[in-house]
Amino acid sequence: MKTWVYIDHFKGEVVSAAWEAVGVAKSFGMVSALVFGSGVESLAKAAFEFGADEVLLADDPSLADFRAETYASTLTALASASAPDLILLPNTFRAREMAAMSAIDLNSGVLVDVTALENNAGNITATRPIYEGKLFEKTTCSASPQFITLRGRAFPRPVRMEGSTGTLRKVSAQSGALTSVEGYSAGESGVSINDAGIIVSGGRGVSNNPGLGLDEKATAEKGFTLIGELAALLGGAVGASRAAVDAGYIPYSHQVGQTGKVVSPDVYIAAGISGSIQHIVGIRTAKLVVAINKDAEAPIFGVARYGVVGDLFTFIPLLTAAFKQKLGK
Amino acid sequence: MKIVVCIKQVPDSEAKVSVQNGRVSWGESPLVINPFDEYAVEAGLQQKEAQGAEVTALCIGPESARDALKHALSMGADNAVLVCDPALTESDSQAAARVLAAAIRKIGGVDLVIFGRQTLDTATGLTTAQTARVLSWPMLALAGSIKIEGGVVTVERVIEEGKQTVSASLPVVLSVVQSIGEPRYPSFMGIRKASKAVIPLWTLSDMGMTAPKAVVNRVELLNPPSRNLACEIISGSSPAEIAETLAEKILAEKVL
Repeated sequence: MKTWVYIDHFKGEVVSAAWEAVGVAKSFGMVSALVFGSGVESLAKAAFEFGADEVLLADDPSLADFRAETYASTLTALASASAPDLILLPNTFRAREMAAMSAIDLNSGVLVDVTALENNAGNITATRPIYEGKLFEKTTCSASPQFITLRGRAFPRPVRMEGSTGTLRKVSAQSGALTSVEGYSAGESGVSINDAGIIVSGGRGVSNNPGLGLDEKATAEKGFTLIGELAALLGGAVGASRAAVDAGYIPYSHQVGQTGKVVSPDVYIAAGISGSIQHIVGIRTAKLVVAINKDAEAPIFGVARYGVVGDLFTFIPLLTAAFKQKLGK
Repeated sequence: MKIVVCIKQVPDSEAKVSVQNGRVSWGESPLVINPFDEYAVEAGLQQKEAQGAEVTALCIGPESARDALKHALSMGADNAVLVCDPALTESDSQAAARVLAAAIRKIGGVDLVIFGRQTLDTATGLTTAQTARVLSWPMLALAGSIKIEGGVVTVERVIEEGKQTVSASLPVVLSVVQSIGEPRYPSFMGIRKASKAVIPLWTLSDMGMTAPKAVVNRVELLNPPSRNLACEIISGSSPAEIAETLAEKILAEKVL
């Protein structure tokens, strides 16, 4: 089976799920990694170290900015010439746009946001969540190449073998850009909730502490500071419910749930989050959910493994202190 | 300017969705306009107000999907078109994109097509890119704001890594994210107009095409693995003791 993996990156920073895709591809046999961009030859080296046998490198100034049209055309031209059976991509917006367009060019289909794969002699069946994670479907693609985007953290990341090399093939970029990128402003720094192994999230409860004698916004700021300290200690990210985002306590990029992001951390700690269905669908694939809430009847306890009925302003600093001591930090 | 907003009808997000006899069931819950598509309608109406435009809501679905189109009309859309054909029951995103592109061509003279960022049901998030590709029009996806001047559309693209300013010349296919602005509520006048509207129904042969072959096929539907979790409420003589116990339990799960 001929398997390709698209190494999605933003300004040279590779998305972790791309390496996870290399790991999946490796279990099927030989792997060719696709690296597109401008001045990105160093990514080819990384692709070899994560397990690629071959890298197809399209390194061209015209590919400096990701634009779905030209990236898709470059992929289409390569796939038309070499006829891969399977093209794996991380499930990022960019990779999905590109797979979507290339699949139109090649009269094939895309299986999106896949959390498990079965390979029966080259016939791939992909499992993916639908209806906001309320159901799962198993799907197949009857045309070739099969495009499959993999959900981040659903598959293990392969071990990087320093110094591993393979065959580097330079390939040409296709033109035909229809859009131009005129500016960019970076988002916040810090761990993104997409990649985080641990997420500590706050909800409406972070603004509820009359004892502090502060107004709503200042109380919420204090609450998210405490949450941030715990997240930082554990090397995790800060999440939030829609209620906290809508109230303006924290930017939208932190929002977990139906209108925010679906996350798959190892540990999800929900503090002051009641647990609406729209929030819960965002954390269905978390391995361990811990809930901290004043209200013992809060629905969040229905999906949690461990619960603490109490005030997050008291409890979170104590939990941070307990972890500090146990982790020897 | 002529704007088409593509919408879909989906089960309400509060619905308890499950597998019943191998099919998706949402019980007694209503079918509604896909919540992300309400933002697309809102974006279309904002442009209509900014520079004058005719906004047409377009939907592929069964006859009952007229209700979703009526919602768009009651918000302020001028026209609605339902594409309904029994040959489309087994469809996938690329097939839907080819049908939408054909409908957009039949509407004719369209400058701007707007989608929501994804649907709540199958949530592939592919249709915007695929419709743009079939039409060979530029795509500006994940727009948080839209400015149109002298035939050029400039959007702020909201991505994981921050915000980009991206532009393209009309005609353009767009998708929008929530920062475009909260969808307006239907007005009283809008609801009256929508209730009287006669929504044309187009079949594939009306658009001079046959059903595009679906290549993505569902082979099985599964209920999610039940998390038989009895939540263990951690108790202790003091909050500090509870914190200590909880930290131990989390560490013992060896997931950290």
